[in-house]
Amino acid sequence: MAKYTLTVNGSQHEVVADPDTPLLWVIRDQIGLTGTKYGCGIAICGACTVHINDQPVRSCTTPVSTVKSSQKITTIEGLSPDLSHPVQKAWIEERVPQCGYCQSGQIMSAVALLRNNPNPTDADIDDFMSANLCRCGTYPRIRKAIHRVAVLAQEGIDD
Amino acid sequence: MLKPAFAHQPPFLMSSKHSTSRRRFLKVTAAAGAYLAIGISPAGRLVAATPGKQPGRLPGAEGETELNSYILITPDNKITLFNPRPEMGQGTWQSMPALIAEELEVRLRDVDIRMTAGAKRHGRQSVGGSGSVRQSWIPLRQVGAAAREMLIQTAAKRWNVPASECSAAYGKVLHPATGKSLPYGALVAEAAQLPVPENPRLKDPKDFKILGKPIARPDVPSKVNGSAIFGIDVQVPGILYASVQHCPVIHGKIVRFNAEAVSAMPGVKHVFKTERKMPHKTVDAVAVVATSYWAAHKGRLALDIEWDNGGFDAIATATYFETARKKAADEPGNAYPDEVGKVRTAFASAAKVVEAVYETPFASHAAMEPVTATAWVQGDQVEIWAPVQSSTGVIEEVAQYLGIPQENVKINVLFMGGSFGRKGYYDFVLEAVHISKQIQAPVKLIWTREDDFNNGPYRPGMINALRGALDARGNLIAWEHKVAGEAIGAQVFGQDISAQADRGSGEAIGQQTSPYAIPNRRQAHVHVPTDIPIVWWRSVYSSTNAFGQECFIDEMAHAAGKDPLDFRLELLQAEPRWTALLNRLAEKSGYRAIRAAGHAIGIAIAHSFGSTAAYAITVSPKGNGVAIDRVICVIDCGMTVNPDTVRAQTEGNAIMALSAAAFPAMTFAGGEAQESNYSQYRLPALRDIPPIEVYIMENGEDPGGVGEPGLPPFTPALFNAVFLATGKRIRRLPVDLENLD
Repeated sequence: MAKYTLTVNGSQHEVVADPDTPLLWVIRDQIGLTGTKYGCGIAICGACTVHINDQPVRSCTTPVSTVKSSQKITTIEGLSPDLSHPVQKAWIEERVPQCGYCQSGQIMSAVALLRNNPNPTDADIDDFMSANLCRCGTYPRIRKAIHRVAVLAQEGIDD
Repeated sequence: MLKPAFAHQPPFLMSSKHSTSRRRFLKVTAAAGAYLAIGISPAGRLVAATPGKQPGRLPGAEGETELNSYILITPDNKITLFNPRPEMGQGTWQSMPALIAEELEVRLRDVDIRMTAGAKRHGRQSVGGSGSVRQSWIPLRQVGAAAREMLIQTAAKRWNVPASECSAAYGKVLHPATGKSLPYGALVAEAAQLPVPENPRLKDPKDFKILGKPIARPDVPSKVNGSAIFGIDVQVPGILYASVQHCPVIHGKIVRFNAEAVSAMPGVKHVFKTERKMPHKTVDAVAVVATSYWAAHKGRLALDIEWDNGGFDAIATATYFETARKKAADEPGNAYPDEVGKVRTAFASAAKVVEAVYETPFASHAAMEPVTATAWVQGDQVEIWAPVQSSTGVIEEVAQYLGIPQENVKINVLFMGGSFGRKGYYDFVLEAVHISKQIQAPVKLIWTREDDFNNGPYRPGMINALRGALDARGNLIAWEHKVAGEAIGAQVFGQDISAQADRGSGEAIGQQTSPYAIPNRRQAHVHVPTDIPIVWWRSVYSSTNAFGQECFIDEMAHAAGKDPLDFRLELLQAEPRWTALLNRLAEKSGYRAIRAAGHAIGIAIAHSFGSTAAYAITVSPKGNGVAIDRVICVIDCGMTVNPDTVRAQTEGNAIMALSAAAFPAMTFAGGEAQESNYSQYRLPALRDIPPIEVYIMENGEDPGGVGEPGLPPFTPALFNAVFLATGKRIRRLPVDLENLD
């Protein structure tokens, strides 16, 4: 067991954990942010996606010991305090979620995609978002919601 | 009862000592304020609900009457509606309260929604069989309407005007002539003293403000900011975590294991033998319980277990299908009761007989939230927090399992992170209970993704063996459809089906659900037992039977030299809803023009769970197979609560059908599941999804199911298109669409 300092959504957290403990379980069970989900444990479904220094990372295969206290971890809870992030708004407007379990990871991936590519084509979306699985079949709406974010941003309607 | 320390579902109403005539509404003077309790008797009659005595339970009936209660209004006009149907993505978190709110004349955005907790007075609180809206359409609207009438009557009395001059809207009673209005909260205490109207007037559907409208779902915001609490998210003080090792060879027994070594690992508190109780078998497992999930998981990985495979290593899906094919060929099977005409004679006189055998694989539900449950057993009391399809079902099973009264089982139902049938099979709840019972502490059991794939239960693999006969003019004169496979009725419900056809296995086939006018027709079931655990999977046997049924109708059309759409329309002349649906499908898909141009467009239609759906799918040659260009679905599900939810469910059904048809299946060899994670049991990803359009037939018919009927006809429509594009008749699934050899 070792002590780690993590910076999650702007707050510092001291945790004690085995060095190989995946960041996922530290975030969920020790820090108490349960929006980040376990889906496969092998970095293939994307339900556990968080950002480290704005880059999407699979927290289920990221040992806590590899994360530095200076690195900025962002989870779904850290996107906005009031559902105002453009991707959250688009997800609500396009009525994306069904069961909702994979959507934290989908949204974190979409935020990462749009950060580097504010106006993605269908092919860009397919490439980037195909690493996030959804069993309910919300894919058509995920695609629409990402386009919606892009369109709103271009029109400057976004706040 | 245990003190729930879990705050997701707001605490249920406190108990009261009131005991009054069951013909009266009651006011409960408690912290929560006045309580307007209206219930439905088991016979379907509206009745007054009286407060229950059990702490932590919803108030409800006393004495002989079992009641349900769904509406709470406080003096400051806070309105809470109770949802009896667990939410798994299908939309009951909205649809159930919407039925009440419509008649109560309140907006959904102005109410709080709470989950019921399995109290008997709420009746059966289950989801499955796409039944929630169908079964609640009238009763829950009556609950809202009765309350509305009570509130109007109270206001009218207070204003000394006739009730007929008053109306209700947005949580208020109005008297338009004088401009007076009173919020429900100001009326509820007095309204609660009135007798319950036995036949409250329901609104004319043309006056609906909520039902039939694409209103935003109330659970959606919580699902885009991480605040929705799923089963796996439950926090209970003092909670321990369990990871469980089952035998890799399904049903193997433990000989010995290294409990001491694993117990010494950091964080590990307990290592012991536990059990997984399924309806057909109870099997051994080793539980590792620790102070964190990761410690439990690492302990579990360090287990060294000697197993006795008990001969179960002979289990293989290849052998199962071989047996099923042989039995379907050799045995007449048990006939379903809807046999018509003289099948044998008709086949003997036929100008042309066509035969085909279709095979559909075992499938995993593979819900994104793995199997999980939290249980806390203390003496003869147990509290459970779990994502399950039925609170009442869990209470019954747990009580029976522990040999305790049902009243000693408290359940908190959480959002399911997907289920598709899996979380209506409670092996995992009983396993969590078994583990907690050994240590008398709250334990969260989390199966890994591998545990889920390796242990099932699964959709059963099925064989559909079909024979059809044409007369000299190409008329379909005889039909025989044998369904061969393991039966949920037998394995899950323990029914003796040796002398009768398993009812469930006959879904979506036969005269009632596939009403083609075929004069001589026989459907039969051939039982093929297996120890591989099976259960219902979204649209159950309809998901497999419709593939055989609707591909074979297509085969008969081609054998008769007729267009597949015309062939179906001819056989469905007596079924106006079916022909209307097919004609709409033809119109929306441009079927005639696409056929005339020589492009491949496949169609199929199927009825399941109270609704009929049809697909038209266009494909183009790609690689050594096809690519799907466009998917059009038309669904006739009668009146809807939320047409956008119907579209969402149907999109999901198309994608889940695609998964079972053209992505890896579950297979067993040497008694072991061969697919262990999404790396092997690949799911469709965004790049695999063609454009999907969904159209809803608008009619005033009674509501049908929505969660499943969109699935069954997808697959036959796809492979009917594949036949037109490639000349290949695909009869065994799954296939790689781009490599059809």
